[in-house]
Amino acid sequence: MGLDIKIPIGFMFSLLGLLLTTHGIISASNEALYARSLGININLWTGIFMLVIGIILLAFSRLKIFKKKLEENIRETEKSD
Amino acid sequence: MESAFNLGWIDYLVMLVYFSFVVGIGWALKKYMKNAVDFLEAGRSLPAWITGLAFISANLGALEVIGMAASGAKYGMATVHFYWIGAIPAMVFLAIFMMPFYYGSKARSVPEYLKLRFDEKTRGFNAFSFAIMTVLSSGISMYAMALLAQTLLPFRFELGPFSEFDFYLVFAALIVLIYTYLGGLTSAIYNEVLQFFLIVIGFSPLVILGLVRIGGWEGLKEQLEVVSLAHGFEKDAFISTWKYAGSPDADPLGVEWFGVIMGLGFVLSFGYWCTNFLVVQRALAAGSMAAARKTPLIGAIPKMLLPVLVIVPGMIAIALTYMPDSGFTLPTKEGSDLLNYDMAIPVLLKTYFPTGVLGLGVTALLASFMSGMAGNVSAFNTVFTYDIYQSYIRPNKPDRHYFRVGQLTTVFGVLISILAAYVAKMFNNVMDFLQLIFAFINAPLFATFLLGMFWKRATGHGAFYALIGGTLAAAVHHGLTAPAGADSMIKGGWLVGGVDHVLKAYPSEMAQNFWTAIYAFSICLVLTIIISLFTRQLKTEGQLKGLVYSLTPKYREKGLAWYRKPEFLAVIVLAIALVFSILFW
Repeated sequence: MGLDIKIPIGFMFSLLGLLLTTHGIISASNEALYARSLGININLWTGIFMLVIGIILLAFSRLKIFKKKLEENIRETEKSD
Repeated sequence: MESAFNLGWIDYLVMLVYFSFVVGIGWALKKYMKNAVDFLEAGRSLPAWITGLAFISANLGALEVIGMAASGAKYGMATVHFYWIGAIPAMVFLAIFMMPFYYGSKARSVPEYLKLRFDEKTRGFNAFSFAIMTVLSSGISMYAMALLAQTLLPFRFELGPFSEFDFYLVFAALIVLIYTYLGGLTSAIYNEVLQFFLIVIGFSPLVILGLVRIGGWEGLKEQLEVVSLAHGFEKDAFISTWKYAGSPDADPLGVEWFGVIMGLGFVLSFGYWCTNFLVVQRALAAGSMAAARKTPLIGAIPKMLLPVLVIVPGMIAIALTYMPDSGFTLPTKEGSDLLNYDMAIPVLLKTYFPTGVLGLGVTALLASFMSGMAGNVSAFNTVFTYDIYQSYIRPNKPDRHYFRVGQLTTVFGVLISILAAYVAKMFNNVMDFLQLIFAFINAPLFATFLLGMFWKRATGHGAFYALIGGTLAAAVHHGLTAPAGADSMIKGGWLVGGVDHVLKAYPSEMAQNFWTAIYAFSICLVLTIIISLFTRQLKTEGQLKGLVYSLTPKYREKGLAWYRKPEFLAVIVLAIALVFSILFW
């Protein structure tokens, strides 16, 4: 199928990761909020982790497009030889 | 309601992002939907890692997630039987031995394989029972979702006869309808992959926080010894899988090893993973035979690890409940003092997740509900369009016609699901009863496939009448037995006038289910052989080529290095499952 699934999932994870990371940074000093999660800033950590996964997925989908172009280039140079 | 989540705007934003991407994926796929094959079979073009993740994700509906966490709390570690012995061998068998016939025969659905291998009536029986069962499961899933959303989300309103319950139900149905209508099976599969990632990311922090609270894995084990002793078992019963399987009384599941291996590990597991079109359809959407065969094997790897995310939370919840100063307890069921195990995940979310990840956790739950429905709807679509509409209502129409019918079936399927959800709401017993009937129909099915694929003499009459016989055997066994503590005839004993007069009382409902399946399978196997020997094989050997083991040239993967062959992957998967089983003995 023409749509690479890594792109929407990568975008969504990057976006949500960014959202949670920002929320984590802004709310970092809110001890009452993080008393719930045992003093761990779980928003920040989950956000960073999601961001990393999102970026990896997007990088892989770029890599695929890049590889395809490279192969096409090679084929064309071979043809013109 | 006091149990509702305290959600902030950021939590709603997370949900909103999820809903937009789900619908967006469907919309982006719309332009690739050109014919019935694209819509109903995902063009048979997907890579193995996508179909592999969808393969396990289709089974990972929210009822499964909540149910498995509940079992983790109720029975402890032994629940992993459903993920290891109860899934891995069957997935490997499907990949190595059965997929060459499914994928190679070009059958578009499981019922269609039955038509090619046996005859019309066997296909019809399977197609109709499958179609009804899938919309029903979809409806039950919708009902459960709306009920949970009603408990957890803070909105309340009344509008004539409607309340927030109806809103959640219709809203979820609408989202599912939009994305499956636009992108067909591909859309359903893509969203299953998305859901898989979301469950992993949404539940991991829950497990981590739970373990931090209880003092790590060692702390959990220690605390579960208290739970085991309180339940009257040996102190390590809740952290063992096979250790106490020697006797049903010492094992929290209440089933002995033979029942586990034969009932769950063989009959039920092979019956589900190898013949249920909901999961098999994911493998058939793969782009090549090699990818189709790798689908269950790639799915098997995350499947083996999923207990960490779905069973361990249940174990943490029960351990914390028994820990005096934890400040965490599972709620009790309304009007009784029994613990409501189904609330394990929701209550953990509520206790440990601050706003932000809370939205993520709720989204992961919603995602698994919706992809569960979409999975059922997409499987229903294919079976209805090909095996019912094209076979019995209007054959020999152009492809465009069936494409359109496939799309309309999506609407139709979602509508019946909504109807089923309301039936479930009004008559809980009716749903229990119907599910019981379908359990009877499914129990013998694997015997039919086993003989169909590996014994060329098995005939259409043999398959059909033995399936009916196996179903009756399941019903009769259920009517003659009951689990301990049963209180109504839906649990058994209806042939002997009540649960108090049964021929055999099983220690648990699970044990009864496993044995029902074992009897149904055995009767179906024997009957198929006997009837086949007394009836003529109406299919010629030429017609059976590609459908039966002995008449199909052995399939070999060409041009794949040995370490990329499905057989090698299969050995790795089985080895890991074995190592896990020994480590957590």
